[in-house]
Amino acid sequence: MIDPLSVFLLLLSASTPILFAALGELIAERAGILNLGVEGMMITGALAGFAAAYATGNPFIGFLVAALAGAAISLLYTVLTQVFLANQVASGLALTLFGLGLAAMFGKPFEGVKAPPMPDGPFGINWIVWLGLLMVPVIWWFLNRTRRGLILRAVGENHEAAHALGYDVRLTRTAAIAFGGAMAGIGGAFISIATVLQWTEGMTAGAGWIALAIVVFSSWTAFGVLAGAWLFGGVTVLQLRLQAAEVDVPVQLLSMAPYLATIIVLVLISARQTYSRKAGGAAPGSLGNNFHALR
Amino acid sequence: MIRLVPRSTASTFWQVATPVMAVLATMIAGGVLFAIMGHDPVTAIRTIFWDPLFGPAAAYSRPQLLVKAAPLILIASGLAIGFRAGIWNIGAEGQYIIGGLTGGAVALAAYPSEGAWIFPAMVIAGAAGGWAWGMIPALLRNWFGASEILVSLMLVYVAQRVAAWMAFGPMKNPEGFGFPGSRNLQQYPAASNPELIAGTGAHWGVVAAAVAVLVTWVLVSRHIRGFHIRAAGSAPRAARFAGVNPATLVAFCLGLSGALAGMAGLFEVAGPAGQITDKLGTGYGFTAIIVAFLGRLHPVGILLAGLLLALTYIGGELAQLTMQLPAATVQVFQGMLLFFLLGFDVLTRFRIQRKGQS
Amino acid sequence: MQRRTLLASASAILMALAVPAMAQDEPLKVGFIYVGPVGDGGWTFQHDQARQAVEAEYGDRVETTFIESVPEGADAERALTQLALAGNKLIFATSFGFMDPVMNVAAKFPDVKFEHATGYKQAENVATYDARFYEGRAVTGTIAGHMTKSNKIGYIGSFPIPEVIQGINSSYIHAKKVNPDVEMKVVWAYSWFDPAKEADAASALLAEGVDVILQHTDSTAPLAKAQEAGAIGFGQASDMAAFKPSPRVASIIDEWSPYYIKRVGQMLDGTWESGASWAGIGEGEVVIGEITDAVPAEVKAEAEALRDKIGAGKYHPFTGPLNKADGSEWLAEGETAPDSDLQSMNFFVEGITAQIPQ
Repeated sequence: MIDPLSVFLLLLSASTPILFAALGELIAERAGILNLGVEGMMITGALAGFAAAYATGNPFIGFLVAALAGAAISLLYTVLTQVFLANQVASGLALTLFGLGLAAMFGKPFEGVKAPPMPDGPFGINWIVWLGLLMVPVIWWFLNRTRRGLILRAVGENHEAAHALGYDVRLTRTAAIAFGGAMAGIGGAFISIATVLQWTEGMTAGAGWIALAIVVFSSWTAFGVLAGAWLFGGVTVLQLRLQAAEVDVPVQLLSMAPYLATIIVLVLISARQTYSRKAGGAAPGSLGNNFHALR
Repeated sequence: MIRLVPRSTASTFWQVATPVMAVLATMIAGGVLFAIMGHDPVTAIRTIFWDPLFGPAAAYSRPQLLVKAAPLILIASGLAIGFRAGIWNIGAEGQYIIGGLTGGAVALAAYPSEGAWIFPAMVIAGAAGGWAWGMIPALLRNWFGASEILVSLMLVYVAQRVAAWMAFGPMKNPEGFGFPGSRNLQQYPAASNPELIAGTGAHWGVVAAAVAVLVTWVLVSRHIRGFHIRAAGSAPRAARFAGVNPATLVAFCLGLSGALAGMAGLFEVAGPAGQITDKLGTGYGFTAIIVAFLGRLHPVGILLAGLLLALTYIGGELAQLTMQLPAATVQVFQGMLLFFLLGFDVLTRFRIQRKGQS
Repeated sequence: MQRRTLLASASAILMALAVPAMAQDEPLKVGFIYVGPVGDGGWTFQHDQARQAVEAEYGDRVETTFIESVPEGADAERALTQLALAGNKLIFATSFGFMDPVMNVAAKFPDVKFEHATGYKQAENVATYDARFYEGRAVTGTIAGHMTKSNKIGYIGSFPIPEVIQGINSSYIHAKKVNPDVEMKVVWAYSWFDPAKEADAASALLAEGVDVILQHTDSTAPLAKAQEAGAIGFGQASDMAAFKPSPRVASIIDEWSPYYIKRVGQMLDGTWESGASWAGIGEGEVVIGEITDAVPAEVKAEAEALRDKIGAGKYHPFTGPLNKADGSEWLAEGETAPDSDLQSMNFFVEGITAQIPQ
């Protein structure tokens, strides 16, 4: 019989990379930024973090560097979308392409070596897993209980109005993109430093795309992201676990399910907003649109 | 300080000048990159931009440009229509995959019978599959107000898994020794999409791309629906008063771009790719979004942008081949090109002014 | 100036094309296309190591080039054609999915020889080659059977295709031989390389009580997970030496250099012929990496004895009596499996309770 606790422990670590990346993208999207460059930022973090951990022998320095590297590469996206007002979708796709190439190019010297061991955190669970779980209430608190969180949401909901109120839309968005990059970087580094212990090209293998889906599933809330990361991570863990227990599972159908669930959730919250005019839960009003101040 | 002032209409001069400037900037920045990586920058740039067109093997690579560019242009033409109206279909990759599957399914069902109806039926099925997949986000937006950006993106993931399911299950080649992937349609004459004139690379997908460019050009510049599309994109409220039904427009744009993406998928499955595999989606649907923007959402621009991107793909391969430039370096170079093209585009839409000037 | 060098180099390449490659002073050009990046640390990495071995062996007499990360399908056909046009006389295509593109291109270039890995289609100028990985898996299975304390060993499969199924059966048969109580758990990752998923797959097996993990996927993630749990595993494709002495207690290495050196040599002296090569431990194509001291000396000795026996051709890993999982007889006492059975293997042997997904 499958022990639920063991599945849950697997799930905690399996969902960590996508949880970090999705929390970062959540902040960006709440500020009105749809950044499809998550995969590119994750792989950058995976390499930079691994390189730093390997060079210093300290995995935690690795995660720090990964966050910085993710934020640094997100600046390219910021310049494109906030300064040159380029389309967000196209810029994000370009960032993914660029990041994957850049990481592969600079990663050559780090092939075949192993990351330093990572000390276990409380209850034998990795420190970074704990950090990810901690970030959920922190981000919830930031979005809902702080003035800066309010400004961020205002910018994402209606950038014209936020601008008229005197908030700096561009600065807010720049910060949100950088935070998104840092979180994606940590998520990527979790794969290289804590999961695989090695660097290999393309090792994030599409995790950044899953993070995008999770944010939609979450209805743009921090706890929703946690639920989404557990759902998406959980389906993978569960189907593998069921396979190991020799239960016949339709793998492809099962792996499709979280995406269908995401669409259903999106439809439900959108319908609620459309038909009963209840605010909240739906996509930020200015998501994906660039802002240009006329005055 | 400088500031950007929006232009009332996009500048024609800059529309032509910015892509040229972007390519030049990429050549310089890329040259620096290649030099840092220890490769001769002049040779590298020449290999990527010149050799596919005029190099020693150009007789082969020129037609290949069409093969590579055709799906991008076909998909981007449809996407641009929607983008002009502010309807964001970013799930063309999914529509491409589903079109390949539905079109390919017709061929696999008809196998081994021969008949002139098979290929046209496949094209129709492919377009219908893409159309249907595009109509899902359209209807969900019209009925429930769900964002078509997000729904269409989610449906890409679903489509990828449908393709894997088909390649491992129902559509697996029964004579394939258990390996995943369908029968090869190139070896099934009634269903294949071969080169129409030897040595030109042109298959039906290339023809369709050319037609799509012409039709969308007429549509946006001459047809009343084109007017509606432009109106909806620039002034949605006014458009509504002018009698544009937003729901119809959403369905039209997503349906059209889905159908074109689906056709592109079918042409690829029946032609250059040859079979349905779990790797059916190779990213054309996403790259086409970039092509649409690089082409300024204009049919002619899209044509040129599609060819330019195809050039860098084929040139990048040549650079790997002749200079042993790693694939990653080529990828970084392509990323740079996109950054510069997207960034310079600001000049077509804005004027740069010193602060204080009026 | 630039234009002149351009023309000069272009004509130089044209001349290289015109001059027959058999001329003594011209090096033989050998091309490779890889499905992944050279830096994948697994499948493609090993092929590239063998390419370098060819260069080291023949020095100035050969010139090798490669194109990496070539998607299967249309892009592969173009990359192969480019290699042929660039004057390569022998081209290695190192992924199953390149099969139909190789056949197409080979038909257009009858004087170029092609070598296709793991496929089943041959032609006058297309040979196929593969390695009998199942021979190596017999050795790792023996070690696994001895080393498990829980009597549960786990296997991470990539895709349910004959090559992988052979490996699972071979591992199980030999683990069972030394440990009649052993049970085998199988998990399919549906990917050759996806570190996060491979880690999850390893965790799922570990949670099922497995303490030895065998893998047919290319990343080191399962080893990392095994280390965390105090379990052991084996290097796959490459040696994965960074995880010595434990959790990586041995490895099964794809060693293509003997074959590549042999075939290039045959090209040089004009004796190359098409055929289907399926070599194993005896030819040095499947290598068991160092068995570390984490394995008791007598187990190590037994494993090495088995390796040598297989290598000398005195023992076939699939020797009867063997039944299929459904209980029906496969091989009678003393009978060895014909290659045709192995190449289309789609069943588990008796004792494995997992199902092969259909």
